Amino acid sequence: MAHVLTLTTPSDREVAMTRTFDAPRDMVFEALTRPELIKRWLGVQNGWEMVVCEVDLKVGGAYRYVWRRTDGMEMGMGGTYREIVRPERIVTTESFDQSWYPGSAVGTVTLVERDGVTTLTLTVLYDSREARDMVLQSPMESGVEAGYQQLEKVLASLQAEGGGAS
Amino acid sequence: MVTSDRLDATFAALADPTRRAILARLATGEASVMELAEPFSMSQPAISKHLKVLERAGLISRSRDAQRRPCRIEAKALEEATDWLESYRRLWEGNFQRLDALLDEMKLSGKGHKRTRKQGGS
Repeated sequence: MAHVLTLTTPSDREVAMTRTFDAPRDMVFEALTRPELIKRWLGVQNGWEMVVCEVDLKVGGAYRYVWRRTDGMEMGMGGTYREIVRPERIVTTESFDQSWYPGSAVGTVTLVERDGVTTLTLTVLYDSREARDMVLQSPMESGVEAGYQQLEKVLASLQAEGGGAS
Repeated sequence: MVTSDRLDATFAALADPTRRAILARLATGEASVMELAEPFSMSQPAISKHLKVLERAGLISRSRDAQRRPCRIEAKALEEATDWLESYRRLWEGNFQRLDALLDEMKLSGKGHKRTRKQGGS
């Protein structure tokens, strides 16, 4: 079954993602909050593995994730839990060590279950429109930003002629 | 190793549509400030300001010789930035596919939920 990931912008500082899962929401909640389960799916691709996954699942508790790529490059993020309503809602603050967007953000996950299918909505509220736009202007929604498509072509040709990395 | 300062500068530089257009233009070959200013209907000082930002971010370099001082694109910084963006774009699709697989496994390991709908292959 195709589970389409939809991306919307509810306000000028937000990005929202919605996706359904063939599983009850208490199970999805577990997969989102238990370190040994988080490490199995969150950000572990293209040579990245999660080397730190600490979760203090209580309001005011902190979480910390660090990923490492096979070449040694690391990426870390963390924040605190603001709200936890098991198994339907989690609100966290998030901030990336590498700050690829300015400031921090607040992420809200809601889980709605119907007939054994859970709809997950993740809404991220950024500090500023600028930060949100930086996320959006990435090639996340292809076609939105022609400039970036142009850049990708540039990159491809540069790599072709220069024998660029990987 | 990409430093966060470097990425900050790169993303700040890429956040502006004029600067992205300048980069797209430079991808087709070197150009002087005057040549760059033309299609944008902007003054040379305005273009120079954008070029300084791009130069600081390491996205372009400017030749020191000749009064023309042509600008050229620097592949490496751009590559680092687009790598970063590309991984972000793919992140959530990949994440959710792995989450599907994990949830299937959790259902099979019998946590008391038997509402599994088997759908052959994804």
